[in-house]
Amino acid sequence: MTVTVLDRTGSPEMRISTRGAAVRLRGVTQRFGAKTVLAGIDLDIPAGQFVAVVGRSGCGKSTLLRLIAGLDAPRSGTIEMDGATAGDAVRLMFQEPRLLPWARVGANVEVGLGRAGDRAARRRAAVEVLAQVGLADRAAEWPSVLSGGQKQRVALARALASHPRLLAFDEPLGALDALTRIEMQALIAQVWQDKGFTAIVVTHDVSEAVALADRILVLEAGVVAMDLAVDLPRPRRHGDAAAAAIEGRILDRLLRR
Amino acid sequence: MRRITPWLLPLAILLLWQASASFGLIRPQILPAPTEVGAAAWRLTRSGELWTNVEVSAWRALLGFAIGGGIGFAFGLLNGLSRRAEVVTDTTLQMVRNIPHLALIPLVILWFGIDETAKIFLVALGVFFPIYVNTLHGVRSVDRQLLEMGRAYGMSDRALLWRIVLPGALPAIFVGLRYGLGIMWLTLIVAETISASSGIGFMAMNAREFMLVDVVVFSILVYAALGKLADTVARALERICLAWNPVYAKG
Repeated sequence: MTVTVLDRTGSPEMRISTRGAAVRLRGVTQRFGAKTVLAGIDLDIPAGQFVAVVGRSGCGKSTLLRLIAGLDAPRSGTIEMDGATAGDAVRLMFQEPRLLPWARVGANVEVGLGRAGDRAARRRAAVEVLAQVGLADRAAEWPSVLSGGQKQRVALARALASHPRLLAFDEPLGALDALTRIEMQALIAQVWQDKGFTAIVVTHDVSEAVALADRILVLEAGVVAMDLAVDLPRPRRHGDAAAAAIEGRILDRLLRR
Repeated sequence: MRRITPWLLPLAILLLWQASASFGLIRPQILPAPTEVGAAAWRLTRSGELWTNVEVSAWRALLGFAIGGGIGFAFGLLNGLSRRAEVVTDTTLQMVRNIPHLALIPLVILWFGIDETAKIFLVALGVFFPIYVNTLHGVRSVDRQLLEMGRAYGMSDRALLWRIVLPGALPAIFVGLRYGLGIMWLTLIVAETISASSGIGFMAMNAREFMLVDVVVFSILVYAALGKLADTVARALERICLAWNPVYAKG
């Protein structure tokens, strides 16, 4: 495939992220006051894997994601990423689109590019990523005229703009209606296959985890209670029997049936 | 029709006023007829007296506004961004705020006499607080989630300020701006009426001495027109700067 590369000074790996980043966690612990949220997590995520983290509310899954995304620092333990650790290599998508309401859609995507390249190059790059999420013709609009699903697609474009090597999703589809969710899941799976970044999605929707991920981690009381491979062919269809079986196993565990 | 309707009532009042004056129901020493006010306006415009005084008043208003608004904006921004600065200055500013600034007129006359400085000082003082309070509130109420997003996407502090904090605070700053414009004219009217040797307020007070009621009424109308003009400009700016906000887009 061809990748348009912005002119940047940096190592070649930094510039082209057709390759994902491998992540390694050792003894990662996080506490808020007296409450231990993560109790010594050891985890290896190979480059390019799609991992879903599921669990009940308050199990620490969002905390884990924020640590991996570099938004917070752990109380103890280490988080390593092969190659670069910070900057444009890691991007986070939030549950809310978090678009700047005073910036046009195109300018919002440019936020993901930082200060790389000149203005015209940034604009071109933004339109290009918008095309990948099917919104090429909306670059000149205000975010307020877009639907919830479209806003979240702009947020996805913003996250993709810098060709990240790791993309972290924090309940990215939680606020969308059922049909839009399924469309967004297909879109995320498709860009992940095209780009080859490592993806980590936190969700409380088990069927979403099964639809997207290669591997599902169930988090309970701050530790990984279950680590399950999802070996289903892509593109995946909702309502598939094998998927339903995996979903059932995870739900049994979560609901202690 | 919908564009004309709002103007029907003012027109009726004007006609009623003219009729009452023409039929001698209101004495001209109390309220001269609209035609006489119009004649006074024409006279003052021809002689150049009107423009000289409008220029003087507008200059005082704008200079005072720029000084007071500028300082208010700077403090609002500083205290909005830094808790430490707020702890140090906010209590003091809030105490000063509780003094009606017009109550300072006697003191200001003692300090500065009745020349330009006194009026500009009063206008600046009056404008300071609405701009300060609203800028502070605007900066404080910027969406935390957007700030977190900006940081996660590697924005520098400078970029956060220009791309998230200031645009996010702008609607509140505009509220302060429009409120400040109101205070600006009010302060100037009072200051010019009490002590001045030029300006629209002086024009009105001078006319009163000679019982030129038509000029007094006209001066009041000039103040109203200037106030309306300032508000219209502010509204237009608001519509341009806040076009992204559906609330302002079609105002």
